[in-house]
Amino acid sequence: MIECLHLSKKFGQFTAVDDLSFTAQKGQVLGFLGPNGAGKSTTMKMITGFLEPTSGQIKVCGTDIAEDPIRVKQKIGYLPEGAPSYGEMEVGQFLYFVAAMRGIEKDLIRAAVESVISRVNLEKVYYQKIETLSKGFKRRVGLAQAIIHDPEVLIMDEPTDGLDPNQKHQVRSLITDMSKDKTIILSTHILEEVHAVCDRAIIIAGGQLVADNTPAEMEGMSRYHHAVSFVSDLDTELLNKIKGMDCVLDVTYDSRLKETTVFPTQGLFIFDEISEFLRKQSIQVKSLKMEAGRLDEVFRNITQGQNEREVVK
Amino acid sequence: MTTIKPIIKRELQSYFATPIAYVFIVIFLIMSGVFAFYFGNLYERGQADLIPFFNFHPWLYLFLVPAVSMRIWSEERNSGNIELLMTLPVKKMDWVMGKYFSAWLFIGLALVLTFPMVISINYLGDPDNGLILASYLGSFLLAGGFLAIGACISAATKNQVIAFILTVVVCFLFLLSGFPMVLNFFKLFMPQIMVDAVASTSFLTHYDSITKGVLDLGDLSYFAITIGLWLYATSLIIDMKKAD
Repeated sequence: MIECLHLSKKFGQFTAVDDLSFTAQKGQVLGFLGPNGAGKSTTMKMITGFLEPTSGQIKVCGTDIAEDPIRVKQKIGYLPEGAPSYGEMEVGQFLYFVAAMRGIEKDLIRAAVESVISRVNLEKVYYQKIETLSKGFKRRVGLAQAIIHDPEVLIMDEPTDGLDPNQKHQVRSLITDMSKDKTIILSTHILEEVHAVCDRAIIIAGGQLVADNTPAEMEGMSRYHHAVSFVSDLDTELLNKIKGMDCVLDVTYDSRLKETTVFPTQGLFIFDEISEFLRKQSIQVKSLKMEAGRLDEVFRNITQGQNEREVVK
Repeated sequence: MTTIKPIIKRELQSYFATPIAYVFIVIFLIMSGVFAFYFGNLYERGQADLIPFFNFHPWLYLFLVPAVSMRIWSEERNSGNIELLMTLPVKKMDWVMGKYFSAWLFIGLALVLTFPMVISINYLGDPDNGLILASYLGSFLLAGGFLAIGACISAATKNQVIAFILTVVVCFLFLLSGFPMVLNFFKLFMPQIMVDAVASTSFLTHYDSITKGVLDLGDLSYFAITIGLWLYATSLIIDMKKAD
């Protein structure tokens, strides 16, 4: 469990994190979202003890990091941004080194390294120098380093950044597997990832917390929530007819994709009405679907609003 | 404390995993030989001692030690590795000491590899081996002093070239303050006590007295205190600079 209370970090005049408070529970995967420079990484660096907060309090599993940093660090596994490691070392060597530094007992080190190697599939590159590895493997070495001591808390800064879709899938399923008995925080730019792995998402902009919801709740905030979209050739007359329906707030038409999106009046469920209407008009429809909501739209609304607010100040 | 051992082991492995170790050792051995024989006339002097050999060590270290020390911290900061190091459950001083001592041990190894000098001189004549041993100790301490300065400066910059140049300059100042030319200049307008104070900050003064065979507690503690202070400064600078 991680508790952050009124956390602030200033670099000279610049406020990177501004009075941020949140709690991450055990068994929960918490996603940090936010534009670049929003303070996500800085917050993670403070929780892992790399940076000291200017003000505020951090408790990890009940221990205050300012009082006993070493004990807190023992409980945390951390994958820094870009997964740094010693390039001139072999994968096995590096993991043995981290295990020793983590204070794992001598006769248990071997078992710990072997288990982590098989969990993140590093068998093939065990004797290879880290600098010769591909990006995906390097990231996996970073991940292995972070979970080698089976930490209670796992913090990952953009764990899937720069990986191909297969590797992303692998890392995500690894995270989901581990999430049951750990507290996990990860930051990401990829919004589909929030849906795929996170139980809860926090949006940070300008160092402040601007939203704290489950991914489903966030989708509910979208204009596209329960909107119906279909692909077919429509003329303006039909579009206007749809627009004229009681339950419809607005209609947009993308001429490139030939996609029509129908937005319902607040909170209404209009899938049946629209499909009924299309059948009655005997319109050829290639696809018809109901949208859950678009996270990227919510993200843009929330974070851009934040920027404008800053300008107004 | 238990974490210092794996740090030293890893650091030493990394010296030998890259060409740094081999280049350094080969250059050190060649240069120390060249200096002793060509400039120090070790052979022509006809005396069975290694004084010309040790006389050139400060000048050799002036350029070779910064080449080792420049990467100690700036490389970690540049690669972002420092974030990994500082979030492991290890005391910062363990890192500072572990990294420092491994570099010192490494230079010590290069120094030990000059043993053919000792064998040759013993073959040619009958030298004072106690003096030679003391000189080796002095040389090792001198390298340690330079290295502590270098480690501290390396922590202050991400750029290894800057770390190298600054270290050479600072080490040179610490040598210079014991140089007769400089001390004579100070003598013109300073009382003897002040001149002695300037001289006592110099590596050269203490190095010279050890290589003359005088193992004074003052000289030894001078090196111990200097090294300790610079290492303490290193840990402060890491704290200040790690976020940049």
